[in-house]
Amino acid sequence: MEALIEINELNLYYGEVRALRNVTLGIPERSITAFIGPSGCGKSTLLRTLNRMNDMIPGTRIDGSIKIAGTDIYSNQVDVETLRKRVGMVFQQPNPFPKSIYDNVAYGPRLHGIRDRKKLDEIVEASLRSAVLWNEVQHHLKRSAFGLSGGQQQRLCIARALAVEPDILLMDEATSALDPISTLKIEELTQELKDRYTIVMVTHNMQQAARVSQRTAFFLNGELIECAETQKLFANPSNPRTEDYISGRFG
Amino acid sequence: MIRFRNERTSLTNKAMPVILFLCAATSILTTVGIVYTLLSETIRFFTIVPLSDFLTQSRWNPLMAPKSFGIWPLISGTLLITFIACIVALPIGLAAAIYLSEYAPRAVRKIIKPILEVLAGVPTIVYGYFALTFMTPLLRSMIPNLPIFNALSAGIVVGIMIIPMVSSLSEDAMLAVPRSLRDGAYALGATRFEAVLKIVLPAGLSGVISAFVLAFSRAIGETMIVTVAAGATPKLTLNPLDSIQTMTAYIVQVSLGDTPHGSVEYGTIFAVGMTLFVITLILNIAAKRLSLRFREEY
Amino acid sequence: MNQWTTADDHKRVLMRRRIDFMLRLLFLLCTSIGIVALAVLIVSIVVDGFRYIRPELFLNYPSRRAAQAGMKSAIVGSIYMLLMMAPISFVFGVGAAIYLEEYAKKNRATRFIQLNISTLAGVPSIVYGILGLTIFVRFFALERSLISGTLTMTLLVLPVIIVSAQEAIKAVPKIRRDASFALGADKWQTVSRAVLPSAMPGILTGVILAMSRAIGETAPLVMIGALTYISFLPSSLKDSFSVMPIQIFNWISRPQEEFHSLAAAGIMVLLALLLLMNFSAILLRNKFQKHI
Repeated sequence: MEALIEINELNLYYGEVRALRNVTLGIPERSITAFIGPSGCGKSTLLRTLNRMNDMIPGTRIDGSIKIAGTDIYSNQVDVETLRKRVGMVFQQPNPFPKSIYDNVAYGPRLHGIRDRKKLDEIVEASLRSAVLWNEVQHHLKRSAFGLSGGQQQRLCIARALAVEPDILLMDEATSALDPISTLKIEELTQELKDRYTIVMVTHNMQQAARVSQRTAFFLNGELIECAETQKLFANPSNPRTEDYISGRFG
Repeated sequence: MIRFRNERTSLTNKAMPVILFLCAATSILTTVGIVYTLLSETIRFFTIVPLSDFLTQSRWNPLMAPKSFGIWPLISGTLLITFIACIVALPIGLAAAIYLSEYAPRAVRKIIKPILEVLAGVPTIVYGYFALTFMTPLLRSMIPNLPIFNALSAGIVVGIMIIPMVSSLSEDAMLAVPRSLRDGAYALGATRFEAVLKIVLPAGLSGVISAFVLAFSRAIGETMIVTVAAGATPKLTLNPLDSIQTMTAYIVQVSLGDTPHGSVEYGTIFAVGMTLFVITLILNIAAKRLSLRFREEY
Repeated sequence: MNQWTTADDHKRVLMRRRIDFMLRLLFLLCTSIGIVALAVLIVSIVVDGFRYIRPELFLNYPSRRAAQAGMKSAIVGSIYMLLMMAPISFVFGVGAAIYLEEYAKKNRATRFIQLNISTLAGVPSIVYGILGLTIFVRFFALERSLISGTLTMTLLVLPVIIVSAQEAIKAVPKIRRDASFALGADKWQTVSRAVLPSAMPGILTGVILAMSRAIGETAPLVMIGALTYISFLPSSLKDSFSVMPIQIFNWISRPQEEFHSLAAAGIMVLLALLLLMNFSAILLRNKFQKHI
């Protein structure tokens, strides 16, 4: 298996607290990998190391390496701004900017230097289509993003992330704040996106991991316990702690 | 028989709400008092001096003959001071707020915030002293022929005085912008400044503007700095190098003198006070509206 | 270069970072202007006033000759006013806050009172001076006296005290009230024994800060006519009086340099008192934070 993202012996500390312990993990290209585990197990922390969002938190220290397509993303060869352009992120709560739908999607491309109106129009349309939102909003792109429903807002956030043409899309419990129907729509959307993007999702919902992902990684207390094909991990886990968790004995 | 009644405590219990209500009612009485005194004396003043003179004449010279009662020189003096103060305080205060809410490490914040609080707690008479004995000589060494009493020095110092107010209210407004919006911007590759300029500031705009309006209103009502440093010559001018007089400084000037109670001169302080009160009231209500709208958004 | 960063991309990112860095410096610079201003203010006052910090400043009455002038009557006047103002404004301010937080129904009248209080907090202090002059000095014929000044300043600080006391009362968890009610306490017993003690450090912090604002206020007392040439200490409420800021104002207003230095010395005394009050407020606040 050729891994796009290679995490090697990664440790992360918040001050004295060691939040990730010797995590070594490969994430394959153009597929969905799910991180599961009880809250506080480090799955979101690990996700946030992949686009260096943890840099923002004072007192965070890291050792080990994360390579994306062979480049260590913590080396000074990599500009964090460019990294985040290549590694998009969708958050737990839909967080559209208090701007119009159009400006939300155009925000990223504008940051990275695209000024041409026509080009922006194209990007906005393409991104909204990819996020399966175009048909619902194409006639009121100038309206405030706050007028959309929660599920629509989250798809807008996905469109916003896609607009900068990332290779990787990180989803941090992206459906946990949504109703079941909106959740279903986002899940369907991920299935369409997985042929073009490498998706890494954190979910607290094991059924969701089982439904949408190709590979699943199980974390406990900052350690990676097991990572395998999703079907195998749920049907036939090799570690007894994984089995305890997925059979609902704790968590 | 079980008794469910305790006469002694229930009497206190019944009396307290009434007593406490009376305490709260003093605030209403204060407002009524302010409005009544200003209004009744102002109306009496306008039976002697026509309102049209007050609003249309361009000279304010009520204490010596030939008398004239045009409010505009005092208003222009007040606005001149206020504009100078805002030119100083709004950009600096906003920049400080941005630094404190977006950039400053926690340790730095912990040092700077109390210093700004101290700055905010310095009595205005102290700033007046500062304007007269530090700022004015400094300016006079740079600008020849600058009179001792001038709008520029007083205006700059009023500006320094309101910096902490601008920065702490604007900082509150920006801190109220949810963290998730910043994360959204950073996750798209924005630098801190890009997130501030395009996301945080626009999102907190009504709160920031509300802070600006309050600061403006505070500068209009400021008294001692302008009394000490801006002069006592009402002049219809927008030249910051002139000696001028503000509404507040005029009121102080009259009350320092031996103006007989009931005279026209005495009436002027109520007419001017009323003007001041109405202007600041409108500004404060506008600021309140803005900040309420801001709070509804989040 | 590697596949993450084309030369163009990298150049643009460096440019954006440079902008970010420069503005960060600019913002820091602006922030430090406040600090520099405070430092310059304090240094210029100390340099100017230090030589007049001498026993005469505290022991002598005002004089036409700077060499003999002191601010005894002003210091005593400020302290008298503080001692009278604190209990009155405490009772009325906290009473109003309790009413609004614990008793008042959430109706239009209450909202009106609340709006009224926040509006009063924004009224320029000189307007309170006009109010005091008309109501206390003239209407109640209290003359230009200590009591007129005290009452005027009380009205000025009340809105501030009410708002901060409300915040302190709001911060008391609802379970404390429930616990008290569940033990059979009536409303007033609950408020006075369960809520107020928890809120007290916060309330006192607010009161002290409001008092320190009042001690530095000049304009309203100029209106009331707090005089400066007071060569006696007030012995009754209806005596005329002076306070520190008024004395300082008077010294500043004179053309002679010596009086400006004297004013600087007076400012040092005033600031020392304010610092003491603020410091005790901070101590109280820390205690408050530990308890909840």
